[in-house]
Amino acid sequence: MKIKKPSDLTAKVAELRAGLSGKTRLQVSLGTCGIAAGGSPIAAALRKHIAEQGLEKKFEVVDVGCLGLCYCEPMVEVKSAKGKSIIYGHVSEEQIPAIVAAGASKTAEGLEALKTSLYYPEEQAKPKKKVVQTRIALRNSGRINPEKLEDYLLQDGYQALAKVLSDMKPAQVCDELVESGLRGRGGGGFPTGKKWQFAAAQPKGQKYIICNADEGDPGAFMDRAVLEGDPHAVLEAMAIGGYAIGSDTGLIYIRAEYPLAIARLKKAIEQATAAGLLGKNIFGSGFDFNIELKYGAGAFVCGEETALIHSIEGKRGEPTFKPPFPAVRGLWGKPTIVNNVETLANIPAIFRQGAAWFKSIGTPGSPGSKVFALAGKISNVGLVEVPMGIKLRDIIFELGGGIANGREFKAVQTGGPSGGCLTAKNLDTAIDYESLKALGSMMGSGGMIIMDEDTCMVNIARFFLEFTVDESCGKCTPCRIGNKRLFEILDKICAGQGTPEMLDQLEELGNVIKDTSLCGLGQTSPNPVLSTLKNFPEEYKAHIFEHRCPAAVCTSLLNYTINENCIGCGICARNCPVNCISGLPKTRHHIDQSKCIKCGACMRSCKFAAIDRK
Amino acid sequence: MTCCCEKTESALEKLSRLEPEKTASLNAFLDQLPIGKDVESNRAHLIVALHQAQGIFGYLPSEVQQIIAERLKLTRSEIYGVISFYSYFTDQPIGRFKINVCCGTACFVKGANLVVEQFSRELKIKEGETSADGRFFLGVLRCVGACSLAPVVMVNERVYGNVTPAMVSKIIADCKD
Ligand SMILES: Cc1cc2nc3c(=O)[nH]c(=O)nc-3n(C[C@H](O)[C@H](O)[C@H](O)COP(=O)(O)O)c2cc1C
Ligand code: FES
Repeated sequence: MKIKKPSDLTAKVAELRAGLSGKTRLQVSLGTCGIAAGGSPIAAALRKHIAEQGLEKKFEVVDVGCLGLCYCEPMVEVKSAKGKSIIYGHVSEEQIPAIVAAGASKTAEGLEALKTSLYYPEEQAKPKKKVVQTRIALRNSGRINPEKLEDYLLQDGYQALAKVLSDMKPAQVCDELVESGLRGRGGGGFPTGKKWQFAAAQPKGQKYIICNADEGDPGAFMDRAVLEGDPHAVLEAMAIGGYAIGSDTGLIYIRAEYPLAIARLKKAIEQATAAGLLGKNIFGSGFDFNIELKYGAGAFVCGEETALIHSIEGKRGEPTFKPPFPAVRGLWGKPTIVNNVETLANIPAIFRQGAAWFKSIGTPGSPGSKVFALAGKISNVGLVEVPMGIKLRDIIFELGGGIANGREFKAVQTGGPSGGCLTAKNLDTAIDYESLKALGSMMGSGGMIIMDEDTCMVNIARFFLEFTVDESCGKCTPCRIGNKRLFEILDKICAGQGTPEMLDQLEELGNVIKDTSLCGLGQTSPNPVLSTLKNFPEEYKAHIFEHRCPAAVCTSLLNYTINENCIGCGICARNCPVNCISGLPKTRHHIDQSKCIKCGACMRSCKFAAIDRK
Repeated sequence: MTCCCEKTESALEKLSRLEPEKTASLNAFLDQLPIGKDVESNRAHLIVALHQAQGIFGYLPSEVQQIIAERLKLTRSEIYGVISFYSYFTDQPIGRFKINVCCGTACFVKGANLVVEQFSRELKIKEGETSADGRFFLGVLRCVGACSLAPVVMVNERVYGNVTPAMVSKIIADCKD
């Protein structure tokens, strides 16, 4: 059925509500993480079990996107029509009968349900507990079938677009967004409404709105979750943006590494177009809007908006100096808005609930919530969406479950290769754009890589610089050559060839690169070095003066040897991937240092503490 | 290269002779692109065309580059400039089993570099190379979005999670033609 006016949408939703089956839903997370962890066979086995037991009237199996609990995939959520829910993690096929038998009213025998604290401010008045996730951008992800428009419509989908097109003038749309205080979630934190106003103020004519789905920060995956779990929200927001600035064309620039997100977006665009929610004369308002996909091809710098625009134009993705800003001269020289996926995912909620509602969440300077991707040495790897202003400690220890394997927290890298590290003394910092900047880091896209005592901070800085050197487009000299020199210095330090002057050189060079680079890539790339240098000077010094890597990571500075505790059980020799451990049974073994790759497999396998690492 | 005493064969003729089916499907794709006289708007189709061509041929040999250049009315140097800029594109044939180790931050802090080294040792190729028998390609990627399974290795479409150096030989053994 084509939706031609707002009342058609209301009628359609009423029809869908009436047709709701009242069945208990068995929701299986099938995002990239869920599929990689084996979610598809679980979904298939659930379907088989339901069919075999003739339970189709009571249950339905629903493929959903990522709920963000990536650490416990494959995951099944049992949800009754009344909204009662039980979530199981690490589900195996054998557990399926018990899970189905227990249904949504009680936990399956012998299994444990996951404790989660998700709060949906659009649906509930107040959170039950103090520290909970606050889901706005991720509201639907993991709860609806992303491949079904009907599921999105049942969650008030496209209501915001209907309201905007029928009740608001373009200028009012921009004003409302300014009023909400929403800031860009892609890195810069620029007020989104202001950006829209700039583009709207440009003379009438062709304009574009681009969704930045390049998600370049390695270790951040919130944009992927939104695109895979709730693609229509992004389309709806882009249409609202198109109306606000006077553009009839939206483009989504998405990285080729996200095939599933691409497939789901394609499907969503087809569905929305078929339903009349995209295309000509949307909701009978006279407003036309179409969306196209454009693919990235593996270049981090293409996440930067001017580089991204050049990439869409079919050129090398090199950035250009701003101003002029894309809002004035962007794609093909026309006024263009570039917005991040997560930024867009907030917009339908803002227009459904109003700017004042959005502002009531978060802090006055940074309203709303932010999604963080927790990865690295943390127990609960996954996504958390929290109100701005939350303490780092709450994110890492309450929601993230603390450090994995009982190790000690050491630092967290925020902002990816452009950010810096925060340490134990920053745990009580209230997180927002300004506070992170003040600490020499940045919000970036919201990636948080948690590091424990086994992570070497010099090695991490080297890793980020290697990334930057790889990804620098080469257009400006400080970034192209400066970062290369910075990398070489770090490489030498990690290899035990550091000299005392290098400490000053790192700092001086880093600051010059920051001050003189053309784009955000070079202007921020020394941050990981400068911030580890500031927070962990003793680690740099240990490498340089004592030729020692305190975290025992830098392989050039390490040796594995076998001590007298060895009883000759041979387990280390069997675990060694390069067969460099030899010895007769029941006699002390020996490691051939010329062949040893220092992987530590022997040490992990030894039950007698007979392996020393120095 | 062609010899000056023979009639020169165009890139299209050569490729049609060597790879008739693949060339036909590339041509079919190019035919449906709305290509016009304006070079700037033709350029907008370049990256899509390269994605498509690499999907068909597995890489972007110089004849393919030539055909695309002619169709979009761009120069070879412009095409090469774009191919060399984006890490996704390659002008060299790569192995049938594309082993890509994720070296995103989450995978790195969990020891992905040791996994790369182990593959490199066992396959006797360096990162970015293809083995002499044309079976294996070893590459690194930046975050495939499955950070909860770090370190992650992708072999073509298949994903392996929580990979340790000790698992490497098994992953290689899984690659059967
Ligand atoms: C080197 C570099 C890489 C960037 N990568 C991304 C990215 O992957 N995704 C993104 O949304 N923004 C990225 N940005 C920020 C964009 O330039 C731009 O500010 C953003 O897309 C604007 O959207 P927002 O205002 O909604 O955040 C990057 C910036 C720089 C300097
Ligand atoms: S860093 Fe490897 S999957 Fe994200």
